[in-house]
Amino acid sequence: MINVENLHKAFGDNHVLNGVDMSIGKGESMVIIGGSGTGKSVLLKCILGLITPDSGTITVNGKDATKGDRDAFLAQFGMLFQGGALFDSLSVWQNVAFRLQRGPLKLSKTDARDVAIEKLRRVGLKSDVADRFPAELSGGMQKRVGLARAIAAEPQIIFFDEPTTGLDPIMSGVINDLIREIVVEIGATAMTITHDMSSVRAIADKVAMLHDGSVQWTGPIDQLEHSNNPYLDQFLNGRAEGPIEAVR
Amino acid sequence: MILVSWINGFLAAIGAATLGMFASIGRVVIFALSTISHIFRPPFYPKEFAQQLLHIGYFSLPVVGLTAVFTGAALALQIYAGGARFNAEAVVPQIVAVGMVRELGPVLVGLMIAARVTSSIAAEIATMKVTEQLDALTTLSTNPMKYLTVPRVLAALCVVPILVGIGDIIGIMGGYFVATGRLGFNAAAYLQNTADFLEIMDIISSLVKGAAFGVIAALMGCYYGMQSDRGAQGVGKATKTSVVAASVLILAANYTLTELFFSA
Ligand SMILES: Nc1ncnc2c1ncn2[C@@H]1O[C@H](COP(=O)(O)OP(=O)(O)OP(=O)(O)O)[C@@H](O)[C@H]1O
Ligand SMILES: [Mg+2]
Repeated sequence: MINVENLHKAFGDNHVLNGVDMSIGKGESMVIIGGSGTGKSVLLKCILGLITPDSGTITVNGKDATKGDRDAFLAQFGMLFQGGALFDSLSVWQNVAFRLQRGPLKLSKTDARDVAIEKLRRVGLKSDVADRFPAELSGGMQKRVGLARAIAAEPQIIFFDEPTTGLDPIMSGVINDLIREIVVEIGATAMTITHDMSSVRAIADKVAMLHDGSVQWTGPIDQLEHSNNPYLDQFLNGRAEGPIEAVR
Repeated sequence: MILVSWINGFLAAIGAATLGMFASIGRVVIFALSTISHIFRPPFYPKEFAQQLLHIGYFSLPVVGLTAVFTGAALALQIYAGGARFNAEAVVPQIVAVGMVRELGPVLVGLMIAARVTSSIAAEIATMKVTEQLDALTTLSTNPMKYLTVPRVLAALCVVPILVGIGDIIGIMGGYFVATGRLGFNAAAYLQNTADFLEIMDIISSLVKGAAFGVIAALMGCYYGMQSDRGAQGVGKATKTSVVAASVLILAANYTLTELFFSA
């Protein structure tokens, strides 16, 4: 479904991605882990075409992601941004229903609003937040509105950039279940970035660990514990000592 | 030796600055051309356009009115004082009319729009860029150029000429109040003189300038907003640069348009 080959991206002399290879099958849930600042968000943005990679190829459904009709390409995707990225000039329900109010998926205003409220309910938000503005919500609520917006148009491919950061443990559980449900029910392909190991175990079919600009380990979730990979091992156990330098 | 290397360094700095200037002019031109190309291709966003008409037009009325009335009033006093040296006090209505309509009306409204509208557009779009809202728009299959830039530029194009027209009238009225109230002009004669003296070309030039300045103001706001660096500093810098660029370009465009309309 999604294939990334030998992807390179540098910002000035900061070489963030240094030959990333990754492949995700249809209906699979891939979780990307790795230290802060290793380029996980940059990788997702490269696939979406928000950042132009320096070299490497990205194919989605066998087609080169950088060529062809951008609108049709992006219509398959939903994305939850790390910071939420809600439109602060629009109310919460208008944010969630953004895609349903314009373009080929256009619904009537009342229908779009109903869908938005249903999606908000699925991320644990009551209908009374629908008419509020993003600036009036807490950080965790904003994150969940972003999540509702990402899934509103029921895309085939969904990217979640740290869906549970800033949420309480119960709400994290709800969101983990939701992501799992979306993958199983709709058959969507998901790519999730997280630092939360309980999320990894709840969501992942496959795990990839990014470090030093490339994938250090990738494999199915049940091999996570017996990888014998020193990087992964250090990461899972949260040790300061190991191949990953903690103090730079 | 030291002098030579100093001169070399100096010339290199001038060269680099000049190249940089041409590069940024090039980028602005490309941005403007891309905006024009998006104006004619769907999807269109009429709701955003209407909202911007209100923002740029209606809410700018107070500041435009105040600027114009005080300028017209001061102009009348100065022309009276200056004219008195040649026994030509009577030209106040004519010169106020020409001065306001041909130059001061459009320029002052343009600069006020740069202060009020360019800055707010730049700050808003730069914040959207910094908080990834522009990226989010793109992933929701909405082109930021079509959704943000086109409605703002079109709204400014439509509404700033109207603001200039209103500014012209209010400026003339400012002169009229001072002239009739303080300087002893006859009210009816003042208005008659103004109307007789103004030509249709004066008014057309005023409105054309308004349209050009509106486009410059909105375009600079959008351009620098979208170019913004990351962080709060990026937003601040984008806002400042956009207002400076818009003001300078408006004054330069004003000179060019005056040459075109009146030099022949
Ligand atoms: N637009 C940009 N311009 C310049 N540098 C950037 C840009 N975006 C990201 N970077 C740099 O790329 C590196 C990776 O950033 P990225 O946001 O992908 O990290 P991350 O793995 O998502 O980290 P975290 O887990 O903290 O979110 C960082 O060093 C960052 O400074
Ligand atoms: Mg990140």
